Amino acid sequence: MNKKNNFISPGHNACAGCGQLSAVQSVMRALDKDTIIANATGCLEVTTTAYPQSAWGLPWIHSVFGNASSVASGIKAALDKKGDKKTKVIVFGGDGGTYDIGFGQISGMWERGENILYVCYDTEAYSNTGIQASGATPYGASTTTSPSGKESIGSTQRKKDLLQIANAHGLKYAAQSTTAFPDDITKKVKKALQTPGPSYVQILTPCIPGWKIKTNEAVMFAKLAVQTALYPLLEYENGKLTGSSVSKNFTKKPVEDYLLKQGRFKHLKKPDLKDIQEMANVNIEKYILN
Amino acid sequence: MTKKIKKELLEGSKAVAEIVKKIKPDVISAYPITPQTHIVEDLAQMKADGEAEFEYLRAESEFAAASIVLGASAVGSRAYSATSSQGLLLMSEVIHNIAGMRLPVVITCANRAISAPISIWCDHSDVMNIRDAGFIQFFASNLQEAVNQHLLAFKIAEKMNIPAMVNIDGFILTHSYEPVHVPNKTIVNKFVSKRKLEKGDYLDPKNPLTFGAFFPPDYYMETREKLHKDLNSCLKEIKKENKLLNKLLGFGNDNGLIEYIGNKSAKTVLVALGSVNGTIEDTISKDKSVALLKVKTYRPFPKEEIRKALKNAKQIAVIEKSISFGSGGPLYLDINETLKNQNKVIKNYIVGLGGRDVSKEMIRKIIKNINIKNSKDVSFFG
Repeated sequence: MNKKNNFISPGHNACAGCGQLSAVQSVMRALDKDTIIANATGCLEVTTTAYPQSAWGLPWIHSVFGNASSVASGIKAALDKKGDKKTKVIVFGGDGGTYDIGFGQISGMWERGENILYVCYDTEAYSNTGIQASGATPYGASTTTSPSGKESIGSTQRKKDLLQIANAHGLKYAAQSTTAFPDDITKKVKKALQTPGPSYVQILTPCIPGWKIKTNEAVMFAKLAVQTALYPLLEYENGKLTGSSVSKNFTKKPVEDYLLKQGRFKHLKKPDLKDIQEMANVNIEKYILN
Repeated sequence: MTKKIKKELLEGSKAVAEIVKKIKPDVISAYPITPQTHIVEDLAQMKADGEAEFEYLRAESEFAAASIVLGASAVGSRAYSATSSQGLLLMSEVIHNIAGMRLPVVITCANRAISAPISIWCDHSDVMNIRDAGFIQFFASNLQEAVNQHLLAFKIAEKMNIPAMVNIDGFILTHSYEPVHVPNKTIVNKFVSKRKLEKGDYLDPKNPLTFGAFFPPDYYMETREKLHKDLNSCLKEIKKENKLLNKLLGFGNDNGLIEYIGNKSAKTVLVALGSVNGTIEDTISKDKSVALLKVKTYRPFPKEEIRKALKNAKQIAVIEKSISFGSGGPLYLDINETLKNQNKVIKNYIVGLGGRDVSKEMIRKIIKNINIKNSKDVSFFG
């Protein structure tokens, strides 16, 4: 693991065992002091900036929920006008800010082709407002607005493929990781920053209250997500898959190992598990790297 | 002796684009909406022709455009946008945020009615929706005022760290031609020099600060009170800077806040915002019993100056192009509050909504109506 820096201090108010803040540490290890961060509204903003304290050791700005990408574009344009080629601009957003309310703005930023890295911390629900379903909530997950019940298995939506959407915008670098792989995160963020133009890194970050898991389980589930191929580690360069945790010798773990110990999935029945296993199988075919 | 002022015949949008170019913003971002389009098209052309050095960002919505200028302003740059109507409404979440973060962004609003029913024509319903955001609000009666108010907007905004909006009536001013003086570079540079930055005002890797933090109840209220106080203290700054501007330009003797036109002891005074002031001025030019009070700075609201100006007035007709449904026109409510307990008759005339023409005949009818005892407090004329 790379040397620690003080770009995010441990004195924040996130839940014990938070999968997101752990991933943020891994991202920060890839950065240097010449960086400006634009952050969407969400857990990360709320837990790190309760005035008069701030956990941030880098210049950091939060405006509203849906506009972090556009704020970053403005920052980048202003730096360009100043002739500042050194300062990097990075956006942090949760899955709600990325998949839903900030989606159009991300597309606009990518169209403009600006050299900005977007990092999505994917908790698969609106963690900050009390675990409501987002566009990133997976099939079968029970949330407060997609609750499971007699007539419902929870969320019936499929997660949209943000990496392919990034590729469709012509991004030269788009990658996916999870909290369980800190070095992988750091490596991918570094690579993204070295790639000219816009780049995208998405990290699965287990949410203790959202997933209804124990405070010492975030890393375990973030690992199981990869081992079941429900959330593989992926890397695309120039639209081509160049890195994947689904190798030729990949031995998958059954999806129930990942699902049934999480409170949000514990209502799932055998046929549901079969459906989700099928989704994992499709992933294996899709992401296998020859 | 008054010196000869060089005037050009310009379209309103062109005059705005010319003065904005000379003020040298670093970043411009906008999204097209009628009737703002000519301003941003002219600016884009100036950039394309190599006449201007600003970064021009195509935004995918007004929400994005406002956010882009917010970001640029947060790193200490001079940032500008222009919009109208639905566009301003789509910006509104960010507009409030810009003011709360004390970023000196300047936005031109080409005033237009809001939907439904859809109308592309002028009224002031758009800006009244963000009246309470904490922006300085200027209203231009003509193109010269529009030019001068853009100079004032950048100067005051950057001095006070408060954003400013210049309201120019859509089509009536944006698309009409008038002789207008756009000051030369030397005068513009003298009046609006580079944005002066103090440590802590902007995002800087050398001084890593947190902007837009989350404020618990123990701290939030003070920031809002400070914005209110600082916005009010812009009144004296506008007076001071407008005096300097008039001196540099070599014409103008108003105070930048209001302008009283006509007989000082007139019993009836009409009060209005924007281009309708021109029609009123023309209608009453030969009538000693009626005068006009133009409100040029609407936020902060210049109460003291208005009280002084309306000292002798017995009857006040507030003529305006917007309505707070279920109450009265916003300017009427402000005037009522400003003149409370003064035993004056104050009536509200809602005119020109959705671009309905406001004729001199209509103004004469309003003057007659205010003399009718027990006429309605708020009435629609048109």
